[in-house]
Amino acid sequence: MAETLQNLALGFSIALSPVILWYAFVGCVVGTLVGVLPGVGPLAGISLLLPATFGLDATRAIVMLAGIYYGAMYGGSTTSILMRIPGEAASVMTCIDGYAMARKGRAGAALAIAAVGSYVAGTASVVALMLLAPPLASFALRFGPPEYFALLLLGLFVLAYMSSGSMLKALAMAALGLLLGMIGIDQMTGYFRFAYGVVELGDGIGVVPVAVGLFGLAEILATAGLAVPPQVIKPALRELLPTRQEWRESAAPIGRGTVLGFLIGIVPGSAHIISSFVSYAVERKLAKRPQEFGQGAVAGVAGPESANNAATSGAFVPMLALGVPSGPIPAVMLAAMMVHGVSPGPLLIKQQPELFWGFIASMYVGNVVLLILNLPLVGVFVNLLRVPYAILYPSVLAFCILGVYAVNGSVVDVWIMLLMGGLGYLLRKLDFETAPIVLGVVLAPMLEMALRQSLAMSDGQYSIFVARPISATLLGVGLILITLGLQPLVTRGLDWRARLAVAEKGDEHP
Amino acid sequence: MLTTDRVAGGALVLLALVVFWESRRLPLGSLRNPGPAYMPVALAAVLLCFGALLVVLAGKAPALSTVSWTEWRHAVAIFGVCAFAALALERLGFRTTIALSLAFLLLGVERRGLVFSAVFAIAFAAVAFLLFDTFLRVPLPRGPFGI
Repeated sequence: MAETLQNLALGFSIALSPVILWYAFVGCVVGTLVGVLPGVGPLAGISLLLPATFGLDATRAIVMLAGIYYGAMYGGSTTSILMRIPGEAASVMTCIDGYAMARKGRAGAALAIAAVGSYVAGTASVVALMLLAPPLASFALRFGPPEYFALLLLGLFVLAYMSSGSMLKALAMAALGLLLGMIGIDQMTGYFRFAYGVVELGDGIGVVPVAVGLFGLAEILATAGLAVPPQVIKPALRELLPTRQEWRESAAPIGRGTVLGFLIGIVPGSAHIISSFVSYAVERKLAKRPQEFGQGAVAGVAGPESANNAATSGAFVPMLALGVPSGPIPAVMLAAMMVHGVSPGPLLIKQQPELFWGFIASMYVGNVVLLILNLPLVGVFVNLLRVPYAILYPSVLAFCILGVYAVNGSVVDVWIMLLMGGLGYLLRKLDFETAPIVLGVVLAPMLEMALRQSLAMSDGQYSIFVARPISATLLGVGLILITLGLQPLVTRGLDWRARLAVAEKGDEHP
Repeated sequence: MLTTDRVAGGALVLLALVVFWESRRLPLGSLRNPGPAYMPVALAAVLLCFGALLVVLAGKAPALSTVSWTEWRHAVAIFGVCAFAALALERLGFRTTIALSLAFLLLGVERRGLVFSAVFAIAFAAVAFLLFDTFLRVPLPRGPFGI
């Protein structure tokens, strides 16, 4: 412990030097900016800005890129809450209750809760990263392909079970998302699947155009022509801060989201996305009044926002300790480190302690910078709602096009966004949830790879999934959820999800 | 009765059948050694089941005729603008495409004034380009004459 504190002191001596502080600040500001813009998420932000760090030394470059990463995670909540457009995929769940809170005149409170939740989760998970990295990383090492397969499947089941309305519909949407995720080159054999000669589809359908299309464009298509456009909320200044009741309601979800997010974060996969979905599901399940979810529940903002920020730190555990990226964003970070001559892995801490501990300390500093940036700027963000919707939506549409195009510099992504927007619009009309599609697209390649690797390991024996205790447990939990979820089909009764859907409809069409 | 779930379920069944048909070009492999078509076919089978269940159990769902489509004109216009942007982005360049798209939406769809629409559209496109292409070095497409 004394050694850890000594190392942390070394880290702070580096992170608090004016130059490093400046790059952390720049990274956070730019990250918040790219996070706020629909479509330009952390992955795109880091990828796009990587060349800008080539002239910097390794420590400055990594500190700045990390600042962009968690700045984007913070910023992603803003458009979710104010416009129901996720800045990045992990903010999808924040859209639901964050936007509902904004419609109730609690936009400022939702933004403040998201900022504080993100700060608490970010800081706490950096402490956890510092103290628990070695044992947690060794636990994650016990996960082989069968465990990943079971975990990914469980993620989909949990999401489907916790969706409001029909589990059948949610599972159908998840299957649709998984099918969309099958487009592109088969990683094991090199076959092009469903690409129809479009070379850009070789890498599959990107998450950004799918998420922006289903959530951003579909929202614009559905609301722009309404006789009464989306309510423009003009809160008074005192309404910008959460009430005592809202703080109370957000405390436990922030705590749970932090723990959940960090634990999920260390497991490979799109952890920050999954963690926000699971956190939302857990909060809804634990809520005394689950019917409030979807209607502006404070826990629906506090939990997922905390979880996705905690997962951000958690994702660094396997990357720093083992040199194994746990998702696409850590993979880009890993590549960035290697560009700067740094090889993450067990030897990093010993060989380059100033970089490792400087990086850890800069995460503390970055979280403070982000809190200072975000809370005072809540009023600025809320002012966005004062712009007439007839002017706001064309601007958001332009950012959607820009953001989607910028990720790969490809108009194919703009076409995908367009198709997904049309699909999302129709699905909204037919009363289907679109969040499972996004998760399905993200998980499909990982799920397929884990399945085929598992079968290769077991010489084609499917019993491998039940023979290994962790995967058997995860699959068992998934089976229980499916059974519980499909029970109303047999009993012909209404379970809590169906009752919630009925209540939501009643609220929309009084 | 034609309900929302029945229509959606039918569409999912249709999509699953299309996936089955399109997967015939790829090696299916076997249960023990899945090929590239294995997962798509398995997922299409799952989708087919869910779609069929939706069709069968759709009795209580709202009738399709109750769905409101009042905003369809706006939706079609916005959809058209996006399609135009996708077609024009690399031909006319980012600034021209976005300026034309915004001008059309503000002037043609939202009936804002000509001067306001033109100034807003051009300023927005120029500032966005400056911010992303110039300051953030995100390469955005240029059109004829480097515009």
